[in-house]
Amino acid sequence: MITRRDLLILACGAAAGGAGRAHATPAAMEEAIRKVTGGAAAPKGRVRLDVPPLIENGNSVVLSVAVDSPMTAADHVKAIHVFAPQNPLPNMVSVYLGPRAGRARFTTRVRVADSQTLVALAQLSDGSFWSDSVAVVVTLAACAEEVK
Amino acid sequence: MARTIVNVPATARRGDIVTIKALVGHVMETGFRHGETGALIPRDIIRSFVCSYNGEEVFRAEFHPAVAANPLIEFSTIATQSGKLEFRWSGDNGFSAEASAAIAVE
Repeated sequence: MITRRDLLILACGAAAGGAGRAHATPAAMEEAIRKVTGGAAAPKGRVRLDVPPLIENGNSVVLSVAVDSPMTAADHVKAIHVFAPQNPLPNMVSVYLGPRAGRARFTTRVRVADSQTLVALAQLSDGSFWSDSVAVVVTLAACAEEVK
Repeated sequence: MARTIVNVPATARRGDIVTIKALVGHVMETGFRHGETGALIPRDIIRSFVCSYNGEEVFRAEFHPAVAANPLIEFSTIATQSGKLEFRWSGDNGFSAEASAAIAVE
């Protein structure tokens, strides 16, 4: 007997091409990060990625990134990138700023496809990279709303 | 023209850091969803957002399908002089939207 739940699960699978959901591969994630850093190390620190650890609805999640920087002409943040290894595409959003921003911080709303560890990466004017990562749990995968 | 809402303080003191919010109405279709017939719904997203302060670019963002529908972005800039802040969004299928706000700096 097919229950409503079975149907929903089937529909969810079909929505993402049949065999499970479309996730970025670890290689795609590495490639996306290497495109930004050029292979340079991005140690943890100076960056704060703010995102709720428990996400009820992955379709709209408030995400903010702040970087500890004086934001002067000599020492400022040039760019901030956010990555999601388990989304269909690893890149989420990239912002480009400079000393005229005053402070290195932005907020936006993103989609999170599955429970995963989000990564924020900042590029500073001295050429160094810093990062932060946050593990999030998604209770309602965006999948359930993928079928119209 | 898509609906836009921008929030910029009307006045500020010189040197103050002002917070700016910019919202635009857009479906941000990811290109990974399937419709009722099983056919893939083609991607339709906003790719870029640029904020200029009296003609000079102060903030730029690149959006990917992971940005939620009706993209809202909050950022800051230093109030340097009275003038106009201009916001421009552009994306797939020739999408383009513009908004502007005046700021008076004392």
